[in-house]
Amino acid sequence: MIFRIIEKTELKELVDVMAVNRIIGPVQKGTGLDGKPLYAFGPVADFNDLKLDYTTTARPAKRYFLPSHETLCNFKIHENGWEKSVDFNIHEPHVFFGLHACDINALHKLDKVLLKSSFPTPYYAAKRMNMFIIGIECKPQPFCFCRSMGTDSALHGFDMFLTDLGDKYFVEVQSAAAFNFLKNINTSDPKEKDHARYMEVVAEKNRKFTATVDTTDLAKILDMEFQSDVWKYWGDKCLSCGTCASVCPTCYCYGVEESVDIDLKGAVKKKHLYSCNLIDFAEVAGGHNFRPESHTRLKYRYYHKHRGFAEEFEESLCVGCGRCSEACLAKIKVPEVIASIRSGVKPRGR
Amino acid sequence: MPVEKYLGVPLHRPKVAFFEFTACEGCQLQILNNEATLLDFLSLVEVVSFREAMKESTGDYEIAFIEGSITRADEVKRLKDIRKKAKVLVAMGSCACFGGVNQLKNRFNNPKWVKDQVYGKFPVESEEARPIEDVVTVDLKIYGCPIKKEEVEKVVTNLVLGKSVNHPKYPVCMECMANENICLYKLGEPCLGPVTRDAWCPGNRCGCWGCRGPADAANVEQIISIMKEHNFSPDTIIDRLECFGGFREFAEELKRKTVKAKTKKKRAGK
Repeated sequence: MIFRIIEKTELKELVDVMAVNRIIGPVQKGTGLDGKPLYAFGPVADFNDLKLDYTTTARPAKRYFLPSHETLCNFKIHENGWEKSVDFNIHEPHVFFGLHACDINALHKLDKVLLKSSFPTPYYAAKRMNMFIIGIECKPQPFCFCRSMGTDSALHGFDMFLTDLGDKYFVEVQSAAAFNFLKNINTSDPKEKDHARYMEVVAEKNRKFTATVDTTDLAKILDMEFQSDVWKYWGDKCLSCGTCASVCPTCYCYGVEESVDIDLKGAVKKKHLYSCNLIDFAEVAGGHNFRPESHTRLKYRYYHKHRGFAEEFEESLCVGCGRCSEACLAKIKVPEVIASIRSGVKPRGR
Repeated sequence: MPVEKYLGVPLHRPKVAFFEFTACEGCQLQILNNEATLLDFLSLVEVVSFREAMKESTGDYEIAFIEGSITRADEVKRLKDIRKKAKVLVAMGSCACFGGVNQLKNRFNNPKWVKDQVYGKFPVESEEARPIEDVVTVDLKIYGCPIKKEEVEKVVTNLVLGKSVNHPKYPVCMECMANENICLYKLGEPCLGPVTRDAWCPGNRCGCWGCRGPADAANVEQIISIMKEHNFSPDTIIDRLECFGGFREFAEELKRKTVKAKTKKKRAGK
């Protein structure tokens, strides 16, 4: 790993150098009821729009590599047959400027299923291969439990990673592309005091984590508590609205629908990201539904994240970003759900 | 030119008719509204009756599209006649599916008073507004106020091709999230999106009023308690729930509870 130092005044230069590509980064999307800014990942047209000190975004940058709706192929229909055309829907590389460690780790997890499995997904791969990632050290929020999931720091999977040292950034350089980009701006070698300051900043960050999830033997405990009544308690609250999956950086389940154009001369096959909490997620041909009850669907969401994936890849599919807990109107929060399943006791006072 | 074959298989071009009952005719207008595909639509089906669009009319049809709610005795008779003739009867729009905006007059529980207020010295027959399902069997529903033309076209294309017609069973949140909107509850506005059947509209910073009716697993009790937690008054919640008729039972139950609570409070005050 190569380490560099960039003065904060030089950051605009870096963004300008990058701007020959499309930059996606944290921008302010609105203002919440508490007067605090609400952030989202979006195209960055102006350096001043890039909010690198953002708390979190309500949604991950998923739509740029796993869009909620995606056309998989188009068909031209003739009298006795058809022609198929496929487009992977990526026409330019994207620079992701300012991803937190959780979101970088989410990409690693998605890679395991969509890139490195026996059947890679070309639509994902095409977008994934055209990414340039600049990470940024985060500020832990009260709902972040990434430290419990082991995803609070990113060891690889980025081109460069910035840490705010006050008036300058400490830069970890990991790719040749990043090294070449940095040649265009003024950087310097970190000094001993920069290393010390970096260690201080990271230690300070680690002290700010408050939410935790006990993951000890979690996969086994989920199996033991399969029939627990506690699931029912959470299921009764669940709106089955799919928001948790929509805001999840690692939820990749989807449905496919084919539709024929009204002139009957064309057809399209579309993919639609789905959620295991939606009523017809486990509905099969003939109309039989394997999971008609809300609590069963909710349970399987936790099973996929913390048991199924863990058994396959020896890690959880959850990165602990806390977005689902924050987005859930019914206040179904991962740390509370897992604690209640572990203890077999429903939360009190709710 | 009518399309005769699809992938070499001969197609049947069904005869369809459009009828309106108590409604604004806006749903029928939606069908005429998209000139870009109107000719394709007409080559797929044979329209034999469509008062808003053509003079000719015959009683020989296979698919009947019904717009509007039922508010008069003659409408009941006419609808039953249509049902006898049609192989497939489609309820089109919120009025036909749930009573729609028309059924708001039912909220007063006093049809005579409503009639006096609206028609005064010129009374007409007007009873409670009912969805057409109260009168006849409905084979298919197309939701929305108004309906979306593309959805009707998809339904018709699938009927002609013999494909099943599938509406989304999940709520509006899915589309709203896909559009990357900020949840309106985070901005202090009420919304029925989490319980209403998915729609194409979210994105205008306007909370959902539930025109497409409940989603398949709508947890309405939960959204009511969430709205209360967000400090929306029972009246605000009731207004939302009863606007289009899809959540009528829930609105009525909440009204009963609210009245009960108010009386209890009054008594305690005395």
